[in-house]
Amino acid sequence: MMLTVTDLSIARGGIPVLEGLNLTLGAGQAMVLRGPNGIGKTTFLRTIAGLQPPLSGQVEVTPESLVYAGHADGIKPTLTVTENLSFWAQAFGNRDISAAISAFALGPLAGRPAGALSAGQKRRLGLARLLVTGREIWVLDEPTVSLDTDAVAMFAAAVRAHLAQGGAALIATHIDLGLSEAQVLDVGPYRAKPLDIEDFDGAFL
Amino acid sequence: MIALLVRDIRLAMRAGGGFGLGLSFFLIVVVLVPFGVGPQSALLSKIAPGILWLGALLACLLSLDRIFALDWEDGSLDLLATSPLPMEGIVSVKALAHWLTTGLPLVLVAPVLGVLLNLPEAGFLWLTLSLALGTPALSVIGTFGAALTVGLKRGGLLLSLLVLPLYVPTLIFGAEVARRGAEGFDITTPLLFLAGITCGTIALLPFASAAVLRVNLR
Repeated sequence: MMLTVTDLSIARGGIPVLEGLNLTLGAGQAMVLRGPNGIGKTTFLRTIAGLQPPLSGQVEVTPESLVYAGHADGIKPTLTVTENLSFWAQAFGNRDISAAISAFALGPLAGRPAGALSAGQKRRLGLARLLVTGREIWVLDEPTVSLDTDAVAMFAAAVRAHLAQGGAALIATHIDLGLSEAQVLDVGPYRAKPLDIEDFDGAFL
Repeated sequence: MIALLVRDIRLAMRAGGGFGLGLSFFLIVVVLVPFGVGPQSALLSKIAPGILWLGALLACLLSLDRIFALDWEDGSLDLLATSPLPMEGIVSVKALAHWLTTGLPLVLVAPVLGVLLNLPEAGFLWLTLSLALGTPALSVIGTFGAALTVGLKRGGLLLSLLVLPLYVPTLIFGAEVARRGAEGFDITTPLLFLAGITCGTIALLPFASAAVLRVNLR
């Protein structure tokens, strides 16, 4: 197994949001996380990415095999598309960005400053970053925001190609990606019980 | 690491990067002080080392909040934190990039601006040397302050309040080197103190900044 989550509880801003989560993800598998806004999908993904510690439970994953992509793309507006991508490639110890450029049809935009791109084009650039990292497990938070249907198809194709190479993907999304082989995990039933008022006071006494 | 350094320097040089900000602030301070003090060249040459050091320090302070704020806003900081680069390395490179784009230009123009303040001839070498030795400490301490306040909207005020007291030792010993040098006294003691402060901050503070940044990203 590439990623194992056991009995995980997570908190956001000191308030527990999800508890008792279990999942396993192996090579070539994808999992789609669903759940209403505010349920804690982003917090869950950030915990898996190691950006915040869990309340309890365990995440077993090799940190060097994982790449995280959040709501923001981490694009510098004054750098060109190529410069943005090459930076991330070098940060992850790679050189070649041509495959990523062609997978998300960024060729005609390569020389443009990223600040001049539209929202959807920026998102494509952000997703192209995943390809240049060369990491096996993709942890993606709402990757399809502001993408048109063609670009969603490009993304689904990129995920498929990644899975075919033995990678894995954990994706939080609200829309249908067209990835029929992906398992679906609805995190709704794992909502943490609200704190007892007496317990709440107890924390301050 | 080198890629991050190149990217940060490139960003600083491009439009809106703030490369000229500290430099032009330094220039403005040094040009305006003689007008404020009046035509007393003896007084001016006496206060020149202190004014130049103070100007350099404030110019440095001006650009601190950009070190992490922009990367935090566009999400790069989260992505950098999950990249193979160690957090200590990221903050060290950020501090180095800040010094190369802010501190180093200040060191290079300070002797030129010293002429405007009637700095005594003997002082030029020591002023430049003390700034070259002291400004890296300003960048490293400032990076620590920026890491503490990352994620706060309009954190600039808090950042200045946090960082200014930490800048005091560097300012005291740096200006002392320049003053003693200009007046022809022995500079060994303050010079060693200044070098010691710089070495100490470079050796220790990146670990503190990295720890603080990890907490702030949660």
